[in-house]
Amino acid sequence: MAIRESLSGNEAIALAMKQINPDVLPAFPITPSTEIPQYFSQYVADGLVDTEFVTVESEHSAMSACIGSQAAGARTFTATSSCGLALMFEMLYVAASSRLPITIACVNRALTGPININADHSDTMGARDSGWIQLYSENNQEAYDNFIQAVRIGEHKDVMLPVMVCQDGFITSHAVENLELLEDEVVKKFTGEYEPEDFLLNVQRPIAVGPYDTANFYMEHKRQQAEAMSNAKKVILEVAEAYKKLTGRNYGFFEEYRMEDAEAALVIINSTAGTAKEAIDKMRMEGKKVGLIKIRVFRPFPFDEIKSALQNVTAIAVMDRCEGFSAAGGPLFVEVRSAMYDSLKRPSMVNYIYGLGGRDVRVEDIETVYNDLFKIIESEAVGQIYRYLSVRE
Amino acid sequence: MRNKQGKLITSEISWKDITPGGMVFESGSARYFKTGDWRTMKPVFKADQCKQCLLCVPTCPDSSIPVTAGKREDFNFEHCKGCGICAKACPFDAIDFIKDQK
Repeated sequence: MAIRESLSGNEAIALAMKQINPDVLPAFPITPSTEIPQYFSQYVADGLVDTEFVTVESEHSAMSACIGSQAAGARTFTATSSCGLALMFEMLYVAASSRLPITIACVNRALTGPININADHSDTMGARDSGWIQLYSENNQEAYDNFIQAVRIGEHKDVMLPVMVCQDGFITSHAVENLELLEDEVVKKFTGEYEPEDFLLNVQRPIAVGPYDTANFYMEHKRQQAEAMSNAKKVILEVAEAYKKLTGRNYGFFEEYRMEDAEAALVIINSTAGTAKEAIDKMRMEGKKVGLIKIRVFRPFPFDEIKSALQNVTAIAVMDRCEGFSAAGGPLFVEVRSAMYDSLKRPSMVNYIYGLGGRDVRVEDIETVYNDLFKIIESEAVGQIYRYLSVRE
Repeated sequence: MRNKQGKLITSEISWKDITPGGMVFESGSARYFKTGDWRTMKPVFKADQCKQCLLCVPTCPDSSIPVTAGKREDFNFEHCKGCGICAKACPFDAIDFIKDQK
């Protein structure tokens, strides 16, 4: 029987970690993810988990410790945000290329410059090419569900890649919502034990990891790593299916909300999808055919599936909660637009940069985006492709 | 060096057979990677001056002074980087240290 609880996003993640009971958890505090290792350290102090909690001097060290322990054969988690993830940057690539399925709870926060502690996606979007699987969460329930699934996805023998489970700083990490939890033993059974084929502490078959690679071999390793990311697509769906059997909750690469006959659609990541659903329900009452694609899996990118889901829409606004500074649109826009290139009737597409550094996004703001899309449909002119939402002119 | 299935890893190996992340299943495999071509200086062994005290052998940071039956032989240059520590360690002037001409 599911347990009904009211928890913040950070509490939900810490609880998922406790239920899984990892071997090692190295962490360094940073707002807004600090509470995750804070709650978890209490579980350690209370003897509720068997985890080795490692206090480190920086996030670079946190990820280095994760790499060492996961390579040794220990299931390892950590949590971070913003500049913490940026400081891990070098080691993120080492974790992924060494094929170590570490799981990290990343609470999205703007990168510094100017310093800001609120939600946007510049941190994890900056790490999008590091070789980590990225799962995004609209609300606390999804953060909890994604974290449990992430462990099984990353550790699958055909994948063996690290996974980032992302949620919006403060908006979901600190807001308390009702959610359904699984019992401890159900979670433990679902995630099982970490059983890598090879690990450093295996005296039966000694190994070395992370060697120097010459030009003769580096490219073959990258090609093999890319194959693992392709394999992750199948595994993500299999794990979602198994999770659905336990919970009845449905997960895929993305959620389609009222897309069946939509003429105007938004593509959104994380919590703003909830705001958009409110706007959609309101506009549908007014007879407007509006819908939403909420991205759950950004890495691997669901290229073909996005095309199928959006090809019958007339106009699309892709919403990026971070700047790419390409002067041509944000990262989500670039990838969604690329996926649509092969569609028969290419929909009109625009990009909105929104919500940077925690700028509030209201239902009315989303409505203005849909209204802009209807103007594009009526006038048959796209106009400015790269736009800003709710910025003072 | 071989992968887990025993297939030899050479510059012909496919990405499908290479070990994940470059994982190494064999000890002492650094000998396969020749690093002697970075050298600008090189040691020269003068066998007639050598007293076989073997003080030079443990000072070599790599594996460039082979020893057989308790006696050192001429340098193996496959991994010698020309650091010159052996020449400094020799009390009998049995090792010259000269510019390496290639």
